Amino acid sequence: MSLSIALTINGTQRTVELEDPRVTLLDLLRERLDLTGTKKGCDRGQCGACTVLLDGRRINSCLALAVSQDGAEVVTIEGLAQGETCHPVQAAFIAHDGFQCGFCTPGQIMSAVGLIQEGQAGDDPERVREGMSGNLCRCGAYRGITEAVLEAQRSLSQAGRKEAA
Amino acid sequence: MNRFDYVRPATVSEAVAAAAAPGSAYLAAGTNLIDLMKGGIVSPQRLVDVSRLPGLDRIEPLPDGGVRIGARVRNADLAHDPTVSKRFPPVAEALLSGASAQLRNAATVGGNLLQRTRCAYFYDPASACNKRQPGAGCDARGGENRLHAVLGWSESCIATHPSDFCVPLAALDAVVEIEGQAGRREVALEEFHLLPGTTPERESVLAPGELVVAVRLPGAAARFAAHARYLKLRERTSYAFAVVSAAACLHIEDGVIAEARLALGGVAAKPWRARAAEAALAGVRPNSEHFRRAAEAALAEARPSGDNAFKIELARRIAVRALALAAAGTPERLPALPASPFAPIPGGALHG
Repeated sequence: MSLSIALTINGTQRTVELEDPRVTLLDLLRERLDLTGTKKGCDRGQCGACTVLLDGRRINSCLALAVSQDGAEVVTIEGLAQGETCHPVQAAFIAHDGFQCGFCTPGQIMSAVGLIQEGQAGDDPERVREGMSGNLCRCGAYRGITEAVLEAQRSLSQAGRKEAA
Repeated sequence: MNRFDYVRPATVSEAVAAAAAPGSAYLAAGTNLIDLMKGGIVSPQRLVDVSRLPGLDRIEPLPDGGVRIGARVRNADLAHDPTVSKRFPPVAEALLSGASAQLRNAATVGGNLLQRTRCAYFYDPASACNKRQPGAGCDARGGENRLHAVLGWSESCIATHPSDFCVPLAALDAVVEIEGQAGRREVALEEFHLLPGTTPERESVLAPGELVVAVRLPGAAARFAAHARYLKLRERTSYAFAVVSAAACLHIEDGVIAEARLALGGVAAKPWRARAAEAALAGVRPNSEHFRRAAEAALAEARPSGDNAFKIELARRIAVRALALAAAGTPERLPALPASPFAPIPGGALHG
């Protein structure tokens, strides 16, 4: 069986030849495609630093075999900004100091984008904290992270209402 | 991670044929399997990728009011399915109390049933583990074992089954549909997982190469929908396995419990259906005295397997509290922290 896979990554179609089926999506992004914004923290699905959107849903890329994702659409932290303009979630993390060292931040932001799209948390800080519990921050910037997610949620839902009107 | 062959069959029958080769393992999302392979705990020679098999990704209503859940339905999709959350609420609550949002978006129904124990000695290839290597011994017996089993354990193995989802499934008489080379068969979820005995490496009734294709919830289980909760004590607020958990389901008529279901998690190598407790609750009023008596019955056979005697009383209290919460009524919307034991009981005392 050929281990050639096709992926759409941040809107661009890529075909990748895998020499070995052991490659995770995380390692493919970082080592083969130079998309190093996605971080390798624990590499065991416990910290959330490797969070990306796979077919629109947040997942841990460290536990996904790349070969099994043939045909999927992947969005990484590099795919969020529009040119020089930050995505609203990125802007909110900056405005609310939602980080300190920054290592977990790409995973936090991708997870927040996924959480907002899932639409389960609303403006309830407790639901946001629970919804973000798969992303650890060793610096303990959780307060700023929660505030950033809440603000991003507000600005995105306002933008959505304007668009609808 | 060991080298392996990767195959992606197009149909269930092709998958079952491919997995008949010794050393094969099914790959769905991989959220547990890839972790185990990275740690060298398992090393399959061939992965049979079932993550795209047609027909296994649907949640279908059944004529009896039940539901048939395809084996590769994602945990998050199942938890947010309107029919499941309305008719079988503790299933949704258990799912949403497990793992993280990222893992729930990937992990599947079949994978949840077949996930391995999180016993630290099973996970450490340098430790003796009868489950990982039959006959090697069990380092958990004399080790750090405060979270290990208090029911159904043996001298060979004291590990627990880590699933939340399986606990309400056991309580609600779920049925597992299995496909093998000899055809299709069904097993009650309660009978699906095996206690360790002298063969802890055998964890389920699945024969080599058999594939879980669906889980069914019977329509009769929906009669508990108004009074059904899942409660889970964790060592941190969220994103942790259960120390102990309970699914409590009551069918109350004219102020009396017509029928009760109770299952416990985190206490044994399988989700633990507490039938003696259910019998004690049938025909009595839902009050704390009866809940306590039922909890005593549920844990009557329990004994510590190490430094975990506290789990027996903890399991009793979680059972009592789950029953009290169930009696108070299933909430319209799940709480922000699903299954949290720290939420007050509506209209009841803080301490159940």
